[in-house]
Amino acid sequence: MAHDHHDHDHSDLSETELRVRALETILTEKGYVDPAALDLLIETYEKKVGPRNGARVVARAWSDPDYKAWLMKDANAAILSVGYAGRQGEHMVVVENTPKQHNMVVCTLCSCYPWPVLGLPPVWYKSAPYRSRAVADPRGVLKDFGVTLPADTAIRVWDSTSEIRYLVLPMRPKGTDGWSEDKLADLVTRDSMIGTGLAKEPE
Amino acid sequence: MTQIDPAAARVAKEAIPTIPTDEDGPVFREPWEAHAFAMALTLHARGLFTWKEWAEALAAEIKAAQAAGDPDTGETYYRHWLATLEKMVARKGVATAATLTRYRDAWDRAADRTPHGKPIELQPGDFRD
Repeated sequence: MAHDHHDHDHSDLSETELRVRALETILTEKGYVDPAALDLLIETYEKKVGPRNGARVVARAWSDPDYKAWLMKDANAAILSVGYAGRQGEHMVVVENTPKQHNMVVCTLCSCYPWPVLGLPPVWYKSAPYRSRAVADPRGVLKDFGVTLPADTAIRVWDSTSEIRYLVLPMRPKGTDGWSEDKLADLVTRDSMIGTGLAKEPE
Repeated sequence: MTQIDPAAARVAKEAIPTIPTDEDGPVFREPWEAHAFAMALTLHARGLFTWKEWAEALAAEIKAAQAAGDPDTGETYYRHWLATLEKMVARKGVATAATLTRYRDAWDRAADRTPHGKPIELQPGDFRD
């Protein structure tokens, strides 16, 4: 990025993002590009930005209690140790799912999304209806994603900002004792790391 | 509207071997790179240019950047891709450089007036004519 401001009160787009948006708007207005078709095409590749980075972090936290303690205390350093740096100035916080609390992350700005760790955000994630519904009715949104939590599990919604980005540490699925980190990482989906899903169950 | 098959990406890769890929297909460092890639794929599918034409334009862009001191580490690949896209769009009469700047400035104003956390949307008032 040419520059990366961190103002609190308004939104920011990098110079490159401005140029990309300008092109997309013009091409859409002139009928060269259908935004829905473009989103669909981009979605095809969304897993190609930092695909396994966050999954690796989660798998290690499941396997190594010391690493997990470090991750909860200093996520930036712990994530970096696995080899994945975020953008400069970006502060990562890890929130842990437990039987008592499920965590979900929302943000409408793609610049607030920790893509080096999580990969590209899904198209719906940036939509205003998703964000407002997630805040007002998180249980309903989860249900739409096919996730039903026990009634006594509280749901906490975290709004990421340009200063703080969240990574959800999903609960380790049962029946995975003794699994290698590689095998565990395959159970960690992107959705489970933003809290709109759970880690996959072992087959 | 032209339908785009992901197979189109494979054709693009064959025509433009420098596109960063892994065993599954194109890889991107940042979300905007995927947007720039998808726009080029869409315009090609619409017949705005051939891949041969694109490859020549992109090669010229990269060569000029290297001459100007670009370290050519691969990190700037999609910057050159985006610059090629802007020039191609101008050359084909879709939008002039001035129009691109006008929209870029409008998006900048839209971002400035949008409180953090709200979706950034372009409005007529963002344009200064």
